[in-house]
Amino acid sequence: MSATTLDEGSLKDIMNAPDTVPLTPAPVARAAATLETAAPPERSAHVLALTESLGRGFSAALPPTLGLILFILAWQLVSSSGGESGLPGPAKTWTSAQALFADPFYDNGPNDKGIGWNILHSLYRVGAGFGLAALVGIPLGFMIGRFTFLSGMVAPIISLLRPVSPLAWLPIGLYVFKETEPASLWVIFISSIWPIILNTAAGVSRVPQDYLNVARVLNLSEWKIFTRILFPSVLPHLMTGIRLSIGVAWLVIVAAEMLTGGTGLGFWVWDEWNNLNVEHILIAIFIVGIVGLMLEQMLVMIANQFNYE
Amino acid sequence: MHDYLHIDRAKMVFDTKKGKFTALTDINLTVKQGEFIALIGHSGCGKSTLLNLVAGLNDPSEGVLLLNNREIKGPGPDRGMVFQNHSLLPWLTCYGNIHLAVERVFGGKESARQLRDRTMNALELVHLTHAADKRPSEISGGMKQRVGIARALAMEPKVLLMDEPFGALDALTRASLQDELMRIVEETKATTLMVTHDVDEAVLLSDRIVMMTNGPAATIGEILDVDLPRPRDRLALAEDAHYHHLRGQVLAFLYQKHHKKAA
Ligand SMILES: Nc1ncnc2c1ncn2[C@@H]1O[C@H](COP(=O)(O)OP(=O)(O)OP(=O)(O)O)[C@@H](O)[C@H]1O
Ligand SMILES: [Mg+2]
Repeated sequence: MSATTLDEGSLKDIMNAPDTVPLTPAPVARAAATLETAAPPERSAHVLALTESLGRGFSAALPPTLGLILFILAWQLVSSSGGESGLPGPAKTWTSAQALFADPFYDNGPNDKGIGWNILHSLYRVGAGFGLAALVGIPLGFMIGRFTFLSGMVAPIISLLRPVSPLAWLPIGLYVFKETEPASLWVIFISSIWPIILNTAAGVSRVPQDYLNVARVLNLSEWKIFTRILFPSVLPHLMTGIRLSIGVAWLVIVAAEMLTGGTGLGFWVWDEWNNLNVEHILIAIFIVGIVGLMLEQMLVMIANQFNYE
Repeated sequence: MHDYLHIDRAKMVFDTKKGKFTALTDINLTVKQGEFIALIGHSGCGKSTLLNLVAGLNDPSEGVLLLNNREIKGPGPDRGMVFQNHSLLPWLTCYGNIHLAVERVFGGKESARQLRDRTMNALELVHLTHAADKRPSEISGGMKQRVGIARALAMEPKVLLMDEPFGALDALTRASLQDELMRIVEETKATTLMVTHDVDEAVLLSDRIVMMTNGPAATIGEILDVDLPRPRDRLALAEDAHYHHLRGQVLAFLYQKHHKKAA
């Protein structure tokens, strides 16, 4: 009963797919870490060491700061070269953003809500769609990783469906559910389930033989094997899957909301385009980026909790 | 003392990418209950493979292994194993790693308090009480090995299988654990198979030394009876002529006769 020694051939192709990434923390996280450790708060440190560490902190902060400044300069350049009909510049966008965030939670009926509401709606859809995907994807991933036969069965289906563009699923959702809300959840669900399944399955099939030998020598029960060996060993892979999954969901939600309308960041972008309010579109792009970055950072932090080495 | 472990014409062939690889061939060995066997041989000759066969982690390609007149079919808690690479679970503390084993063996019969005491006693035996709540990543290689030893001993197995258990230890710790091991084995009457690269350790601890030829297709080259009286004292033995004679024989095998006999 070597259920865990998975046949390499069957799943190999999918598991080497770009969805399954090695367990290295995101570069952003590493940059943040160097920033943190750059100035250790040691009271006993010599003045020399202090200036040195300050210097290191400075040189770590320098490249990103410089990059941002150049980015804003370039933006300014592009907008001023366009004349009257050019892109709004940084200053104008900033003023507009201040006005927007002065009252983020107003509610003037169905098509006119504060930016806070729109962000929350998008986040809610991502959470719900991803939650469903996790509910189905994690157990499925465990079973695929543990049973070679099952993995052989589903491998072709996964390979076929995974490359489909998320929005191609929207008409199916609209047709089946007859409503936009469940249809957009469906799109999130179907596009974020693949990384979860594949990473969980990869994790299960890569549980080190040493740990399984321990389980066998101790003659652990199936339940103990699952809770004490399989699950903890798969957890880092699972966290990678979740991170990728939420990343995909966040990418997809804006596009889906543009098509379905009603509420959410995507809808807001489309609405502001119809109003020709380009500042707001730029602001929306920043919001999408910043929220996505925060989601990613949060998940990296959680994932680091499960890094045993 | 009756025959306890019986290995009869065991052969181990691995399927590798480059075809079949014969690691062990024609292994015949009979071990009495309570006997201490040291396995010695050059790296890669198949000592771990032989231990895995007795543990039941692998099945022999040919031949048969009997434990107490029953064929070995898979592992069981009657055989405690100290792995060469310690194999501690990185997400459990030292205490947790040992407790997992204790719970499995004694869980049905004893109270939670007794299980806790057993775990703590095992930790104390290897002088690691202070590291009970540490994760394996937070302790040294030698400490990990000691936790692995404690885990196996805590199960009070009838057969103790140890794969270079003292390999990564400094001389002092090694000596103290060797003495501890002699005492425990004396007390529990466990039948012991121990892989080692250390000739002194082999002579000091064992009743017989099984010397293996080089692989591939390694087999047992010679078996040396260590007829030194027990209890043994390492300081007294250092002066003992017979001890040095035995030691010399193992060395001679390893460095002169170790090459495979023309087959
Ligand atoms: N699962 C396996 N598949 C293929 N070959 C194997 C496998 N396990 C061991 N071998 C081979 O069998 C031989 C014996 O290996 P083994 O680990 O038993 O050696 P060893 O005597 O324990 O060495 P060391 O002293 O270095 O630990 C080696 O040549 C090894 O490459
Ligand atoms: Mg070995």
